[in-house]
Amino acid sequence: MKKYLGSCAVAAILLATAGVATARDQIQIAGSSTVLPYASIVAEAFGENTDFPTPVVESGGSGAGRKKLCEGVGENTIDIANSSSRISKADIELCAKNGVAEIQEVRIGYDGIVFASDINGPEYAFTQADWHAALAAKVVKDGKLVDNPNKAWNEIRADLPAQPILAFIPGTKHGTREVFDEKVIIDGCKEDGTYDAHLAANNGDKAAATKACMALRTDGVSIDIDGDYTETLARVAANKNGIGVFGLSFYQNNTDKLRVGTMAGIMPSVETIAKGEYPVSRPLYFYVKNAHLDVVPGLQDYIEFFVSDDMAGPNGPLAAYGLVSDPELAKTQAAVKARTPMGPLN
Amino acid sequence: MTDVTVFGNPAVPTKGKSLLALDERTRRRNNAEARFRLMGKIAVAIGIVALIGLLLSILSNGLSSFQQTYITLNVNLDAAVLDKAGDRKPENIAKVSTFGYAPLIEKALRDAMAQKGIAVDGMNAKAAAELISKEAPADLRRFVLADPSVIGQTHSFDLLAAGRIDGYYKGRVTMESAKLDRNTSPEQLMLADKLKEAGILTTRFNWSFFTAPDASDTRPEAAGLGIAVIGSAYMMLIVFVLSLPIGVAASIYLEEFAPQNRFTDLIEVNISNLAAVPSIVFGILGLAVLINFFGLPQSAPVVGGLVLTLMTLPTIIIATRAALKAVPPSIRDAALGVGASKMQSIFHHVLPLAMPGILTGTIIGLARALGETAPLLLIGMVAFVREYPAGPPDGFFDPASALPVQVYNWTQRGDPAFVERASGAIIVLLVFLILMNLVAIILRRRFERRW
Repeated sequence: MKKYLGSCAVAAILLATAGVATARDQIQIAGSSTVLPYASIVAEAFGENTDFPTPVVESGGSGAGRKKLCEGVGENTIDIANSSSRISKADIELCAKNGVAEIQEVRIGYDGIVFASDINGPEYAFTQADWHAALAAKVVKDGKLVDNPNKAWNEIRADLPAQPILAFIPGTKHGTREVFDEKVIIDGCKEDGTYDAHLAANNGDKAAATKACMALRTDGVSIDIDGDYTETLARVAANKNGIGVFGLSFYQNNTDKLRVGTMAGIMPSVETIAKGEYPVSRPLYFYVKNAHLDVVPGLQDYIEFFVSDDMAGPNGPLAAYGLVSDPELAKTQAAVKARTPMGPLN
Repeated sequence: MTDVTVFGNPAVPTKGKSLLALDERTRRRNNAEARFRLMGKIAVAIGIVALIGLLLSILSNGLSSFQQTYITLNVNLDAAVLDKAGDRKPENIAKVSTFGYAPLIEKALRDAMAQKGIAVDGMNAKAAAELISKEAPADLRRFVLADPSVIGQTHSFDLLAAGRIDGYYKGRVTMESAKLDRNTSPEQLMLADKLKEAGILTTRFNWSFFTAPDASDTRPEAAGLGIAVIGSAYMMLIVFVLSLPIGVAASIYLEEFAPQNRFTDLIEVNISNLAAVPSIVFGILGLAVLINFFGLPQSAPVVGGLVLTLMTLPTIIIATRAALKAVPPSIRDAALGVGASKMQSIFHHVLPLAMPGILTGTIIGLARALGETAPLLLIGMVAFVREYPAGPPDGFFDPASALPVQVYNWTQRGDPAFVERASGAIIVLLVFLILMNLVAIILRRRFERRW
C-alpha cells in the first residue's frame, strides 16, 4: 500500500515537471536524408572542436524538414532544415503565416546522381535518351506513339549490352526522383523527339506533354524504391540485371560492389560535377531560422563552421565523402556572416 | 454438425471381428489424427527454421561488431603544435582543432614504422595515415584538454583502426574488393598485416560499442550504442513508473469496484481497442499534444516515455484484470467473512496473489515498448545524437536516441561497416528482450499460485 502510494507520488512529480519545458542549449536540425550524412559529419566535428554541444540531426525528408522549420518560432521548433531541393512557395507562405519571417538559404554544394549496376556486369555508357526509351510508358516507333516495347538495352541502341532492362529508381517521395525526372527522363524525352510527338498529340499543350514524358511504364521494368540507397543496393545485389540510381557519395562508399555507368559520355565524379560536365546533379541546401540565431547558443557558429573551407571546401571532409564543393563558396560564406535572409523565389 | 456425423454415428457392430483389427471408422479417425500431428510438426518446423535463419543472419553479420581493431602508437604531444603560446592556457589549447592533431598521429605512425623497419612499396605517408580512424585526433584532443599538463610528453594511445582495415580482419574486406574500393587499397591492407605482425595492430573486445555515442558516416568504427542504451533505459524507467501504478489502479477499480453499466462497458471495449491501435498513432498524439501543445522538447526521452506509456497501458490493464480475475472468489469471500472491508480484502489478499501475473504482464508490455520505433519517429528521436544526456531527472529532457532507433539509423548509412554495427545492435536488443522475458518467466514460475 505504501509502495503503491509512493509510485503514485513519483508519477505525479514526473507529470508536474513535464509541464515545464527546460531551456534548450543544443541546435536542432531536421530534413533531407541526402544531406543527413554531411550534416552529421559537420555536427560531429563542430561538437569536437567547440565548447557547444553537438547538434541533434534528424532525418525524415526535405519536405517534412521544411514544414517543421515553418511551424513557428520558439524552443520546441527546429533551427535548421536540411533540404535536397529548393524551398517552395507554399513553404515560404507557411513560414510567413506562422511568424517565421526571415529564413537564410545556404547552398552547401552539389550532389551527383549516378547509375550503377553490379560490379561483375557489363559496362554501360548511357545517354538521357536511353533512359527515357527504357523507362517511358510511351515511345515513338515508326513515327507513332506506342506502348514501350523495349525489353533489353541493346534494343534501344545496338552498342548497349544485351541485358534485360530493369531499373531501381527512387520512389516519388524522394527529392532524388525529382532530379531524375527532370534531368534524365524529360531531357531524354526532348532529345529523342518523343516530346514533340507528345506535344503534337496534346495540341501544343506543353505542360501536358511534359507530364506525358514523365509517365513511366508499369510493367515491372521500372521499380520504385521508397526506402534508401541501402535497399537499392540490396536489390541490385539480388538481381544482377538491375541498374540502380544512387547518390554519388553512396556509390563512392561501395565502389567494390557497384560499376557506375557514364552519362552522355561523362564519368560521374566530384571533379566532373564541379565542372558542370556531368549532367545529373543538383544543389543541396539548408535553411536557417534567423530568429533563432542569437537565442540558440552556437547556431551562428555552426552555420559558419559548416560553410568554412575546412568543412565544405574542395579538400574538406565533406568533399572526401562525396559532396561536390560549391565554386561560389566564398559568396555563401559572406552571406552567412552577414545573415542575409533569402529574397522571394524567382 | 459435421462432428456429429463423423464421430457421433453409432458404432458399427463389431460382431465377429477382433477388437484388435481396426475397423474402417477407427482407421479414418487415426489417420486424421496422424495428419493433424504431422501438420503441427510442419508448422513448428517452419517456425524453427525461420527463427534459426533470422538468428544466423543476425549473428553472422553482427557478432564481429563486438571485436575491434586498434593501433597502439606512442604519440608525442608536441608543445610547438598544441600550445604555440607556451602558456598552457586552456583557451589557447582549445584553439587547436582536431585538424591540428592529425599530423601528430601521422608522425607517430611514421616513427613506429621506421623503428620496426616496416615499409610497403608504392605507399606515401598520407595513405599510411588513412589506416587510422578519423576519430583518433578527436580522442587525442579530448585527452589533452582534460589535462593540459601532458603537452610535451609522449603517451601511448590505443587508436581505432579505420573501418576498412577493421573490416579486413573481420572478412568483410578482401584484397580483391580493396582493389576496386575507393576507400582503401591492397597496399594499405598489406601494411596492416605487417603492423599486426609487429604487434602494433591488435584486435580486442569492443567495449566502446556499448558506451560510445553514435558517430558520423565517415567513422563507422567509432559508432557505439552508449546514448541509445541510456535513452532506452530512461524511457523504460518512465514507462514502468507511470504505467504500473496507473494501470493497476485502473484495473482494480474496473474489476472490483466499478458498477456494471453501459459506461464501464464502453471503457472496457475502448481499452481492448487501444491495445490493438498501431503504435505510430501514439507517436502522432505525442507530437500533437506533448510537443506542440505542452511544449515539451523534441527528441527527449520524457516524450518518448510518455508516448510508450500510453501504448503500454492497455496491455498492462488487460493483463492485470486477467490476473485479478484468476484469484478465486473464495479468497475474497473469506476475507469479507472475517470482517475485512472491501479495500482490505483487495489490498491484503487479492492483489498480493495477483502480483506475479501483473508483473509478468507489465514486463511483457515493457519488452514491447523497448522494441518500438514507429512512435519515436514522429517525436524526433530518430536522430543523430552525440551528447550524452544528463543524469535523471534532468536527462529526461535532453535529446537521446533509443536502441531500435539506432538499428534503423545504421541500416540507412552508406558505409557497409554500418551493416555490422546494426546487426550488433540487434543482438544487444535481443539480449535485453530475452533477459526481460526471462524475468517474467521466473516471476511466474516462482510466485504464481494455482488453485
